Amino acid sequence: MADAPTIPDEAETRARWGAFQWNDDSRAKRDAILARYPRGREQSASIPLLDLAQRQVGAETQTQGWLPVPVIEFVAREIGVPYMRVYEVATFYTMFNLAPVGRFHVQVCGTTPCMLRGSDDVLAACKNKGLIKGKTTPDGLFTLTEVECMGNCASAPMVQINDDNYEDLDYDRTVAIIEALANGQTPKPGTQEPGRHTVEPKGGPTSLTAMVTENHDYRGEWA
Amino acid sequence: MLADKDRIFTNVYGYQSWRLDAAMARGDWDNTKALLELGQDKIIDVIKASGLRGRGGAGFPTGTKWSFMPKEPKPDRPNFLVINADESEPGSCKDREIIRHDPHKLIEGALVAGFAMRARAAYIYIRGEYIREAETLFAAVAEAYDKGLVGKNACGSGYDFDVFVHRGAGAYICGEETAMLESLEGKKGQPRLKPPFPAGAGLYGCPTTVNNVESIAVAPTILRRGAEWFAGFGAENNRGTKLFQISGHVNTPCVVEEAMSIPFRELIEKHCGGIRGGWDNLLAVIPGGSSVPLVPAKDIMDAPMDFDGLKAVGSGLGTAAVIVMDKSTDVVRAISRLSYFYKHESCGQCTPCREGTGWMWRVMERLRTGDADISEIDMLQQVTKQVEGHSICALGDAAAWPIQGLIRHFRPELERRINERNGNGGDLAPMQEAAE
Repeated sequence: MADAPTIPDEAETRARWGAFQWNDDSRAKRDAILARYPRGREQSASIPLLDLAQRQVGAETQTQGWLPVPVIEFVAREIGVPYMRVYEVATFYTMFNLAPVGRFHVQVCGTTPCMLRGSDDVLAACKNKGLIKGKTTPDGLFTLTEVECMGNCASAPMVQINDDNYEDLDYDRTVAIIEALANGQTPKPGTQEPGRHTVEPKGGPTSLTAMVTENHDYRGEWA
Repeated sequence: MLADKDRIFTNVYGYQSWRLDAAMARGDWDNTKALLELGQDKIIDVIKASGLRGRGGAGFPTGTKWSFMPKEPKPDRPNFLVINADESEPGSCKDREIIRHDPHKLIEGALVAGFAMRARAAYIYIRGEYIREAETLFAAVAEAYDKGLVGKNACGSGYDFDVFVHRGAGAYICGEETAMLESLEGKKGQPRLKPPFPAGAGLYGCPTTVNNVESIAVAPTILRRGAEWFAGFGAENNRGTKLFQISGHVNTPCVVEEAMSIPFRELIEKHCGGIRGGWDNLLAVIPGGSSVPLVPAKDIMDAPMDFDGLKAVGSGLGTAAVIVMDKSTDVVRAISRLSYFYKHESCGQCTPCREGTGWMWRVMERLRTGDADISEIDMLQQVTKQVEGHSICALGDAAAWPIQGLIRHFRPELERRINERNGNGGDLAPMQEAAE
């Protein structure tokens, strides 16, 4: 695959990550995750534990995080399955990074609903800010990826940066978000359209207008 | 237009809090015990009578699906309910709004539906990219446990029922029900052969029903207001209300709950501010998410938005994700981008899909620029027919249908590009211009 990541040198990752252990916060979360599945079905926790491990790696490296091979081995031991069963999961799901990424993982949705609303402009803005698809900027701040539909189609185009979505983008709004992040600010997540709340029609809802100002209980109007 | 009092998801835009106290003030968890006291068979009968069809795309009658579950589960093989919140179909964005703004409708629905099918627990499989949405859902489930609404003796009914949230990690295919079960078991999301069907051997080999978020979340309201109320909307065989998600070239894209069978024109005029550039500027519509064929403007304008009405124009309702394209659209690129999506998301298990999706995308990219031979259009059509129906799950079909729709309705445009590139397009009438 042309877009497959280059997996870093194994000796180096082993030296850096060979002794990976949960920190206290992750250990508590691991226990909560394992409690969700029946006894003997610990393998079910492979995805949540890989996610947890990736986040801990991210916290330790000030990035979104990734999954070095020794960390995947560690997760396999945690749930008592062969390494390959977890490795194949790590490679199957797109949210697992098999190579290091930057502090902000800029994931631009390029699927048709976003494309129709101008995701080309979003990608152009990223490009003009020095972001290159599949690469991390030299300062280590941004990694750019074009991803498939993120389910924000009624407020397209959008980008997901680490845990937050930024919707209703255009060229200038994308530039503003990237610049804010580069300057250490936290842009407001969600829609960037002034006056829009979430996914109601721009200009105000065409239904359920009573809900805008009060937590309206419609049961009194049920016939 | 559907009256506000008849809308189920009253907080769909999130103007009000999703938290338990606010949800209860809107009517959720209102004496749920009484709903459970109807009894399992009665609940299923009401859902059957309401005419509710699955909201995840296939449109299978929900009550009938529930009735397939074993009536007397064995202690070592409990029944499970799995709720499909792996909303990844391009165009679909309704489950996200339910989960982040009205999560208690879903959790209450999980209890009611799980009880009706005699399930021991529900797993809500939410797509990994819905990070903030999952945080809300985890918190909402915790609230429900704190108040004794789920868990041991749920709602004081004497019935024990657990609700667990499981996050995926980015794989469209996990929206297929057996792939979802594989993923829940901690494996790659590759669909299973059927039979055995999940109702016989699903999650952990136990009887399992997989339902869409919307199908589950509407159940408590149907039980409260009665099957007749729900069946009062929409045409025969297409009953109820539905969350429509309109994206693309309308003036105001949005998610909105409307009655089934609403005419396309009315839906767009009432809620989306019309087509960008007016109705004459409409080129085509993908009415049910990326997996259904597109419909040209003249066929869709007055079509009823329901399962049968869209089938009649050669497409389908799918998840009611309406992708609108005006005449500025490069329609070949729009479909080619979907082909890339399916190439990216094919799980790689079945050869026709794994190889076919990549092959179809590469040919589509050449057709986009006209770098092809006229005969390749027919070849592409034949290949889509060889992919369709020859894979374990429907992803192969879903990859084939948009291309078939394009060839059926826009063949002259494909030929024009080829002729133009080959330098013999001078005597052809100009068609739509490409967007770039």
